[in-house]
Amino acid sequence: MALTNTIIREKLQDKFNDQLTDWEEPYGMLTFVAEKDSNLKVLQFLFDDPELHFQFLTDLTAVHFPEKENKEIAVVYHLHNLIDNVRIRFKVYTPVAKPDVYSATALYSSANWMERETYDFYGVNFIGHPNLKRILNVDDMDYFPMRKEFPLEDQTRKDKDDEMFGRG
Amino acid sequence: MARPVQYNINTKPMENPVGFVNNGPDGFSGEGFFATKLNDVVGLARKNSIWPLPFATSCCGIEFMATMASHYDLARFGSERLSFSPRQCDLLMVMGTIAKKMAPIVKQVYLQMAEPRWVLAMGACACSGGIFDSYSVLQGIDQIIPVDVYVPGCPPRPEAVLDGFMRIQELVGKESLRRRGSEQYQELMTSYGIQ
Repeated sequence: MALTNTIIREKLQDKFNDQLTDWEEPYGMLTFVAEKDSNLKVLQFLFDDPELHFQFLTDLTAVHFPEKENKEIAVVYHLHNLIDNVRIRFKVYTPVAKPDVYSATALYSSANWMERETYDFYGVNFIGHPNLKRILNVDDMDYFPMRKEFPLEDQTRKDKDDEMFGRG
Repeated sequence: MARPVQYNINTKPMENPVGFVNNGPDGFSGEGFFATKLNDVVGLARKNSIWPLPFATSCCGIEFMATMASHYDLARFGSERLSFSPRQCDLLMVMGTIAKKMAPIVKQVYLQMAEPRWVLAMGACACSGGIFDSYSVLQGIDQIIPVDVYVPGCPPRPEAVLDGFMRIQELVGKESLRRRGSEQYQELMTSYGIQ
């Protein structure tokens, strides 16, 4: 029997009751929101369950929503079941003032660099990460460039005419 | 009926004929000798034996490969040998986008070159950051090292690179032997935090 979104959802709801919310299926991909403190429990369950087999973390990133109070930063996990070729996605929200999320490095080795990247661009503090430092940007950068309050453009430029760049 | 001519059949005289006699430095010549200033002789020797160091990071590098190859042939200008060791080079050619993380490496390469050394910035990115007005891209390599010639374009045609290279030759040929020891030069280097 093929592993359908309905089965995955029932299994997760049996295990976690009401802790998982905002169920969606955009373009057929099961998506939900978990409590930020239970992110590791959800990941462990998805990894260990004999039918679910979500043992491949394809992507881990963050999104900044400045307008959502106390839920400014969403950390997104994309998981892949290689046996049945099914993908799911879930998010945890964390306030930007204290962006602490438990690290998934113990469960998925691939989370190591992806969490470093997420820290680099959004400043998410992954608790328990073995080596949480910048990975792509220069080490002496003093801000998190993908947060919405920082303009994308380089602020040190002096010789460029704003009108030429369509923002005069 | 004659077919229309598709190429220019009128020969055009060269503006600056190539050759030492017409193009060489001022001086006294007589039967079997030529006397001129040491400055000019050194300039002449240097400008016709420049060893470039290509520092190519993106598409401008591809354009430079075309410049090096047989069709455009950088070797015609005395640069037969491109060196990939900065310690032997005279001219640093920076071609392509330089990310902020790459900046210390460009500077290190520049510092490893022996004096006298020149720098050519090729393409919009190396000159000014180009379209990459972004938190991660250096807005022109002149923020970290002094640049002698800027070649604009995105990417520049090989002709433009050769034009820039000939301007470097002009600078090299006319440079005073005292320039690198002068106070202005020291000030320039100090403004970049070198020495």
